[in-house]
Order: sequence, then structure tokens, then C-alpha cells
Amino acid sequence: MKYREILIIMNNKPGVLSKISGLFQKRGINIETITAGESYPADLVRMTVCGNWDEYTVHQIMAQAEKLFDVRFVKEFDDKKSVDRELALIKLKADDSRRAEIMQVTTIYRGNIVDVGRESLIIEITGGKDKIAGFLDYVETFGILEVARTGVTSMTRGSEM
Amino acid sequence: MSYKSFLKGSRIVLEVLKRMGVKDIFGYPGGAVIPIYDAFYDFEGIKHYLARHEQGATHAADGYARTTGKTGVCIATSGPGATNTVTGIMTAYMDSVPLLVITGQVPTSFLGRDSFQESDILGITSPITKHNYLVKDIEELPGILKEAYALTKKGRPGPVLVDIPKDIQMQEISMERFEELFSIHCEYVGNKYPKKYTSKEINSAVNLIKNANHPVFIIGGGVMNAGAAEETQKLLSKINAPSVATLMGLGGVPHNFPGHMGMIGMHGKVWANRCVNEADLVISLGMRFDDRIVGDPEKFAPHAKKIHVDIDAAEINKNVKIDLPLIGDAKDVLEDLLNAGIEADFSEWMEKCESYILDEDSLGDCLNQVSTIKYLGDILPDTSIVVTDVGQHQMFTAQHFKFKQPLSFCTSGGAGTMGYGLPAAIGAQVGNPDKRVISIIGDGGFQMNQQELIMLRQYNLPVKIFILNNGTLGMVRQWQELFNQKRYSEVILDVNPDFVKLAEANGLRGVRVNSVEELKQIEGMINDDQPLLVDVVVPRDCNVYPIIPAGKSFSETIIGE
Repeated sequence: MKYREILIIMNNKPGVLSKISGLFQKRGINIETITAGESYPADLVRMTVCGNWDEYTVHQIMAQAEKLFDVRFVKEFDDKKSVDRELALIKLKADDSRRAEIMQVTTIYRGNIVDVGRESLIIEITGGKDKIAGFLDYVETFGILEVARTGVTSMTRGSEM
Repeated sequence: MSYKSFLKGSRIVLEVLKRMGVKDIFGYPGGAVIPIYDAFYDFEGIKHYLARHEQGATHAADGYARTTGKTGVCIATSGPGATNTVTGIMTAYMDSVPLLVITGQVPTSFLGRDSFQESDILGITSPITKHNYLVKDIEELPGILKEAYALTKKGRPGPVLVDIPKDIQMQEISMERFEELFSIHCEYVGNKYPKKYTSKEINSAVNLIKNANHPVFIIGGGVMNAGAAEETQKLLSKINAPSVATLMGLGGVPHNFPGHMGMIGMHGKVWANRCVNEADLVISLGMRFDDRIVGDPEKFAPHAKKIHVDIDAAEINKNVKIDLPLIGDAKDVLEDLLNAGIEADFSEWMEKCESYILDEDSLGDCLNQVSTIKYLGDILPDTSIVVTDVGQHQMFTAQHFKFKQPLSFCTSGGAGTMGYGLPAAIGAQVGNPDKRVISIIGDGGFQMNQQELIMLRQYNLPVKIFILNNGTLGMVRQWQELFNQKRYSEVILDVNPDFVKLAEANGLRGVRVNSVEELKQIEGMINDDQPLLVDVVVPRDCNVYPIIPAGKSFSETIIGE
């Protein structure tokens, strides 16, 4: 078992997302994150699916995905040749005594404070999943009120897809 | 512009299907397909066969497809009509049968409101179709139907469903616009499936075969789908190699073809499984190493390298580790192997395999089941089509019927759908009006779709039904005997309908026979051109042997009691 990221590009049609998730569901395979959005050109949807899978599972999923009518392209990302990013919105308890420290940490992690309330802050942070995990780990002591993570989206470095 | 130059969606459905070559459709009307049935009323060129249940219509279309090689088409209404097709769709999906299912749907403005007879048939059938469509605009209808029909046979065949809301069926477009939309190019129509292997891989295969000592060819259903029976036989004859068949591959080579050892797998012939077990090279043609074939994947053909010819790349390494995949149409691969000038002669090994074959005439216990099937094999014309249901009688048929031609055996393999045998035989007879179609069914499975009997009368289809009536759900009973300490739970059917009277109630001839001698007396009726139901009374306690228990290997074969 190894953490893997798969790229799936498909026609921008209703129901394509459930067809992909169905492939996993049918085989009892867990997905860690799945992200999808309109791509370029706009008649395509681009999806990054991540999880901890063995070699056999990832090959089966990719082969079965390729068979789906609306799927145009499938590949597994090489973690050394790709960039992956995730965005997280984190709402922290923040009374006056801790604000300075929170802002300092946020700067170190190159995050942004996107909402300031009387007793809370929302921080936007982008990065690989380890960076976000590291940030969450650090700010836990302040009191986390909410976390919204988008899931990982990836792209291969260089001109090739 | 005159009224006639406009086409309704419902009429477009029939017009496109007719242009794609569809001649027969099985179906059942209902609220959401009333416009389509209205179009049938005066449409010429397609004949509609009314089933008595949508499952029956779907299996009939499946039987039609399996025995003609053409796409089978069925129509059902929305909601329960559509969900009744699900078992039929899954049956076709598991055995790669080209099937087009058209369902009515509630009008688009009612979608998602839990409207009367609404069901999310797209969501329900997603895992068991190659693809499915919801038509939301009449402008899409001609293209979708054309594409859907082509898709059923493109690459690995399978079922495709088109869900058409009632309002789309009732909208109109001009004839000109229809022609324009219909003529839009569809990349799935007509093009041959691309070869996904190179001459290098063909050469590797040739070398593997040349350097093998004990090669065995496994013939799967893909040989039938590819229409590659002739090429298979050519290659086998050229190198004198032995062959075996999966359940779906029976008929790919004739039963008496030199070196053909019969069916392999859980209920395969001992000698067929033995050859595979001793092989040092297995060349599998259009089969998917199903667990009923393989048993324990670690111990299947343990000494053999494996060449896997399949049109579906996803099958490679799915169940068994493959040494050399050849992804493409079996016919193309076989032609390329023949053209590569493959030279080898395995006569000695083939003779050794043949020496493993034992005389089966000494079979004791199951005389009535087996002798009925053998007798039918002897008296029926070579072109006959045999349809079965699922269970003991199915395995007895696979083991003992003398299959002579491709597309002559029609059975639910992967799905194992009880209730398949009667409606599928009806579809087979519709698709092959000049051939003798017989349906061998158990008393259990017969009762699952017995409502379709009336179709034989209505359309005067001369199907000959043989109910091997052992008064039990024999296969489950057998497992309970062998693996559950004879705790026979809910398998004894000692309260059965009188099948002869049931035939008569449907306006058909029914005969009961208690022995093969009595069966012989009705040979005339078996070979005439009227439908017939024969209630063959057979013993309850017969088991199908050999059996390799699920998940086990050849060495654990149970040969008999």
C-alpha cells in the first residue's frame, strides 16, 4: 500500500463524477480525496483521485476507468514529477491574547487571514497535504472550530500532461 | 409545410433503430412509453414481441443477441418497468452480450420529484451497463440512439441503456432537421476496433508457442463475439494443439474436433482440467479467468506461462497473472498469428491429452438427466440452438451436449440468472426462425419466468422445452449435501405445478416422460414445427460431478460419491 494520485480527464457531462466514484464503491476501495472541476477546454472535467492503494488496485481502477465511455485520459502521477496542492480553510478560536501568535504562524506557512471575527479567524492555506497537516497540528492548541479541505489536485511538471 | 414532414421523438426512436438494421424488438408498454407504442401502431419494418414481464423481454433480447450475433433490443416503461430490466441487463453485462435497452422516463419537468413511476434508472444501471444516456433534448435523440446502438457491439460488447422522458418522445422536429442530425458522423459506427498490440508481441507469442512443449488453448466467449471460430480451428489444426473451452466458449470448436477436451472449470471434465494443470503454456482466447474456471488463482495452470488474448485491457492481470497480453479482437490476433507463419506440431502432447479421456457411458446415477441431454444431442439437427437455465441441468448440458457450431449455446454464465432459460429461448427462436431451438430448464428456474410460455402460443414459436424435473433446487441441494452436512434447507420442491397442464393452459402441447424410452417415443414431436413442453421426471438426488469446490484447485477435484 502506498499513497497514490490518479488523474482522470473526462467529458463534462452530468453524472461522470458518480460513475468514477462508483468504480471505487463497487470494489470496496476507499478514496482519501477526490477533486473535480471544469478544465480547459471547458467541455472537459479534470479529476484528481487520491488514496492508499496497492499496485493491483490502482491498475484495476485505472483500467476500469479507461473503459468508461466519457473518460478521455487516465494516468497515475509520479510523485517526483508532479506538483500537488490542496487548499484548506481553517476557523480558529482567537481571542486577543493569541491573535498575534496565530498571525505569525500563518505568515510562516504563507497563509492568509480571510476573515476576522471577534472570537475567531479564518485562515486560508495552500500547499501539499503534509504542509496542511503540519499547520493543523501546530494550531490545534488554539482551538480549531472548523476545517474545510478541498482535497488534492495535481499536475505533472514540464510540458507533458 | 405539411404535418407529415415532422417527426415525433417516438417515431425517431423507431426510425433510427430501423436504419441501424433492427428488425425485432421485445418489450412491454406502459405510461411513459405510450408515445413509442403509438409509433409502433403503424410503423413498418420492425416487429414488436410482447413479453409478459420486462425481465422476460430483456432476456429474450439477450437470447436473440447471443444466437444471432446482432444487438438485441428491448423497450420498457419508466419506474418498475425499467427496474424489471435490471436482472436482464446485469445478465448481459456479465457475459458481454450486445443489448440495447430503451426505457421511458417521466417528463423532464417531473424528473427528481419522486413522480409517479419515476426511477433513477441511470443511477441504478450505471455499474451494469457499458454506458447509459438520459435524453434531455430531442435534438440529441438521433445521435444518441445511433451511438448507443453502435456502442453495444463496439470493442467488448455489452448492454447500453437509453432513458427517454415522455415529453421528448412527444416533441417534434422537421424531417430535414432529423436527416441533418442523423447524418452527423459517429465515431463508433462501422470502424474496426484498433489493435492494441504490435508485431513484436505477435512474434513473442509465436516464440512462446514454438518453444512450448505442452500448450493448451482455452476458448472463451470472446471467440464467439469476434466471430473467430474458423480462425481458432485453423490455428489449432495447423499446430495440432489441444484445446478446452469455458462455459461461454462451448461451440467455438465442435465437440469432436481433434484435441478438443471439452469444458474446464468447477464442473469441467477431469481430463480438460488435467491438461490445463499439466500445460506449460496457456493461450486464452477471449475469456476472463472467472473464479468458476480458475478456482484457486495461485494454483491454476501452475506450470504454465500465460498468453491472454482479450479485447478489454482491464481483463489483463485482473484475476490471474499474465505473461503476455495481446489486447485486440480475437479474430485479428488469430489472423496475425497465422500470418506470422507459426510452425509447430504438438501431436504427441495432443494424443497424450486425448488418452486422458474416459468413457462416460458408464455413468451410473444421473442416467436420466445425462441420458436425456445425450439423446437430444443425437437426434437434433447440427444447427440446433440449445438454451439453458441455471443450475445442475445447465452443467449437465455443458458437459454432455455435443456442441457443433458457434452461437449454438445460450446460457447465463457470469450472472447465473435463474429464469433466463425460457425467455432467452424465445428470443433465440425469433432471431433464428429456421433453426431448432430447445430449452433445457430445471423445475425451479422454469417457475421464475413461466409467464413467458404464452409468447410461444402468441407468436407460434416452435421452441421445445425440456424441464428436467427433479423436484428440487438441485445445485443448492448438492452444495448443502456436500458442504452443509445434508441440511436441506428450502430446496425441496415437492409442491410443483403440473407442468403439462400449465402448457395446456397456455395452449401448448405438454407431455410427461419418465424415462428416456418414453422420450424416444415423442421424437416426432421434438422435431416437428410446433412448440412443445416436455416434463422429464428425473431423480432428485443426482449430483453434478466432477466438482472442484469453490476456491480450490485441480488436485482437490471430487470425482463422484
